[in-house]
Amino acid sequence: MQILRLKETVAFMSYRKIAMVFSALLMIASIASLATNKLNFGLDFTGGTLIEVGFEQAADLEKLRDVMNTNGFADAKIQFYGSSRDVVIRLGLRDDVKAEMLGNEVLKVLQTGTGQTVDMRRIEFVGASVGDELAEQGGLAMLTALICILVYVAFRFEWRFAIGSVVALFHDVLLTLGLFSILGLEFDLTVLAAILAVIGYSLNDTIVVSDRIRENFRKVREGSAEEIINISLTQTLSRTFITSITTLLVLAALFFKGGALIHGFATALLFGVFVGTYSSIYVASLVALSLGISKEDLIPEVIEKEGADQEAMMP
Amino acid sequence: MLNKYPLWKTLMVAMIVAFGALYATPNLFGESPAVQVSGLRGVEADAATLDTIKAQLEKNNLAFDSIALEKGQVLTRFKNTEDQLKARDILDDNLGKQFSVALNLTPNTPEWLAAIGGTPMKLGLDLSGGVSFLMEVNMKEAINKAKVGMVSDFRGELRNEKIRYRTVKEANDAIVIIFRKVEDLEAAESLLEKRNRDLLFSSNEDKLTLTAKMTEAKLKEIREYALQQNITIIRNRVNELGVAEPLVQRQGKKHIVIELPGVQDTAKAKEILNATATIEFRLVDTEGDLSNALNGRVPANSILLTDKDGKPSLLKKRVMLTGDHITDAKSGFDEYSRPQVNISLDSAGGSKMSNGTKNNVGKPMATVFIEYKPTDRRDPEGNIVFEKVQEIISVATIQSRLGKTFRITGSGSPAEAQNLALLLRAGALIAPITIVEERTVGPTLGAENVQLGFQAILMGFGLVFIFMMVYYRAFGVVANLALGANLILIVGVMSMIPGATLTLPGMAGIVLTVGMAVDANVLIFERIREEIREGKTIQQAIHQGYEAAFSTIIDANITTLIAALILFAIGTGPVKGFAVTLSIGIITSMFTSVVASRTVVNAVWGGKRLEKLSI
Repeated sequence: MQILRLKETVAFMSYRKIAMVFSALLMIASIASLATNKLNFGLDFTGGTLIEVGFEQAADLEKLRDVMNTNGFADAKIQFYGSSRDVVIRLGLRDDVKAEMLGNEVLKVLQTGTGQTVDMRRIEFVGASVGDELAEQGGLAMLTALICILVYVAFRFEWRFAIGSVVALFHDVLLTLGLFSILGLEFDLTVLAAILAVIGYSLNDTIVVSDRIRENFRKVREGSAEEIINISLTQTLSRTFITSITTLLVLAALFFKGGALIHGFATALLFGVFVGTYSSIYVASLVALSLGISKEDLIPEVIEKEGADQEAMMP
Repeated sequence: MLNKYPLWKTLMVAMIVAFGALYATPNLFGESPAVQVSGLRGVEADAATLDTIKAQLEKNNLAFDSIALEKGQVLTRFKNTEDQLKARDILDDNLGKQFSVALNLTPNTPEWLAAIGGTPMKLGLDLSGGVSFLMEVNMKEAINKAKVGMVSDFRGELRNEKIRYRTVKEANDAIVIIFRKVEDLEAAESLLEKRNRDLLFSSNEDKLTLTAKMTEAKLKEIREYALQQNITIIRNRVNELGVAEPLVQRQGKKHIVIELPGVQDTAKAKEILNATATIEFRLVDTEGDLSNALNGRVPANSILLTDKDGKPSLLKKRVMLTGDHITDAKSGFDEYSRPQVNISLDSAGGSKMSNGTKNNVGKPMATVFIEYKPTDRRDPEGNIVFEKVQEIISVATIQSRLGKTFRITGSGSPAEAQNLALLLRAGALIAPITIVEERTVGPTLGAENVQLGFQAILMGFGLVFIFMMVYYRAFGVVANLALGANLILIVGVMSMIPGATLTLPGMAGIVLTVGMAVDANVLIFERIREEIREGKTIQQAIHQGYEAAFSTIIDANITTLIAALILFAIGTGPVKGFAVTLSIGIITSMFTSVVASRTVVNAVWGGKRLEKLSI
């Protein structure tokens, strides 16, 4: 069975203007949204307290809000979580009480206030300094990952490919962040992990393509850089599609079966895989091409060797 | 011949997969509820303890599956959690204070498997339920304490060598000593420099001052010590909590992670962890006028403190000994059956005590308990501000010159003596700590997470399985075999590595690896198809397909591994779990999808004359 039966080389690079404009627009939209809407940082980064409780019957949010209000927790945000029997209560950092005792207090208040048995499912408390440190560490991690990858790809391939793949990664991360910002989805630690996984995935794709471009530069005698990139993209296209399909299949399983806790994680990856597939075709190769990649850049060892031999033979 | 592996290679691949499978099997046997009894403070559970437990359970007609003594702990397994809870209550009431009784889930790994080191995967707190804390050590306080200690050390050393000085005081990040004469300054500099190699001295002869600064190395050492000491003390406290398999681990420069699986009563855990305290011994100022002091005229060298009943005492400012020299404190009875507390000190503490009490026999000495209670204020650097609460816990008369071991009598009832001993033991913290992060997962959510993760893995696996079979037919089956082997290896490796824990994001990592691991096979198979289209023979195509795809697969996987390792380095808890499964999955998938799948392909198709390939 085959999904794509391509007899002819697809002229991917002739659509590069459209792709450039498309990517630029999406990136600008992401930056604009990140600047205005910001990210809806989760508890991991903002600090505060989160209490998830389960009730035996469907919970009455209005009543819960009343109970919390009368007990001095007017700032509590109360929402359903996954089902109508599951409720999440979020509290900001407070000055008046020992923050780490808050969770237990709220639990007591709910128990007496509603007269129902309340099942404690989860309490999370994160102090302010921890949140800041995490945000800093998270940013640092992404930067380190990008630099390490840049160095590895530059070492294994060529600097134009390295820049191409890092631009592609930056593009994917930015768009994924943009999606979370535009939709106001909560950005927590698992989402950060997902974004690093997106980096891994997108890179995987980019490298497969770059590898083929390098191979074809060495193998195909004729043709411009643009033509060779087109040939390479066409040859790897069905692989790119199939891998995306299998990855999207498992991510769909995670999205629908994984539960509310890793919903954000699955969302980031689902979107990231889409963008990653697109960027490995358009962004990475396009950047390498624009930087003037040519046949000579990828077969330097042979030339150097010949020159060295001649010099050595000279008296 | 093309595409034939020698027998040893095939066998080796089979062996590796079988080995992985063997170590993955402990996960199939499940767990049974158990009660774990372990001794506290050096006491070990022994055969006698086992008999007592047996007798107690039989008396209460509680049936148990098995009871065994392992590594100084008695483990009793039960049929259901109901019996387990009953047994815990019975044993808790009847075993006495030197034992801690904890609920536990013990794996039902068969003995032969356990004997070769087979254990099931450890579940993270988000799957097993429990509480995790992140605690921050107050390093500023640790350094302050070191400076205070230096001031009194300098005074002592100069006095011993009869070098006269005007004052010794703390100034910002240094200690400044002011002298009267240049000769004294020079003598002091050469003396102190020789004795304190980890300090930087600088003198100013015009101002007659000597300034001592701590080197970076010394500061680092202090921080390191404060962290290590807190970890040790927290371990002891956690052991007294009665938790099976607690984890206390440092994280970064000033944080400690504490994981208590199965703990639901987090309030109690927090109280015990938060009770930061230190001890100081001071002489009672018998010359000062207490009533004057109560009116606000406290003598310059004294401080006014009260005991828990509010009774005030005037104490010397100079600290004779700090609690960090205490190595042990036990309560007991003296020869007249009066309660007493026996205290042991380290050697430095012993000589300090001996010097301090030499000329003060017959005078009263006070033990001061100092607690640092975290407030909700923060200083400009974002560190939590602590409130210092000081309380006299005992005043006793010094009967003779004291040394490395001494005792405090007259502290009241045996219970009070016991309490004092406990406070002394716990009171050695040099830097206070606070909880800066807490995550509690209830048991129902944990069980639900396991189920969800398991379903997601099964579903993801099934979907990919079907897709590969439809798309690549016979070769799809090979890819699926490789995928199955990969899953087995991930589980096997996770079970073998002692520190690896499975978390919900970790399960997501497995799912993701399943999706991404087939990529290597897709690359190979697509290449084989291409080669066939180009007119190569079947055997050549298979050979070329594997060869050409290899370097691509390596490059692609190494870069993903870089991302996973960075995630591992910064991640904590559940996220770290994701990085672990992802990293393991990447490595095992390279083996299964390249080497293992090739083995199968070679065994089935290799070395034969083929016209068509089911790919």
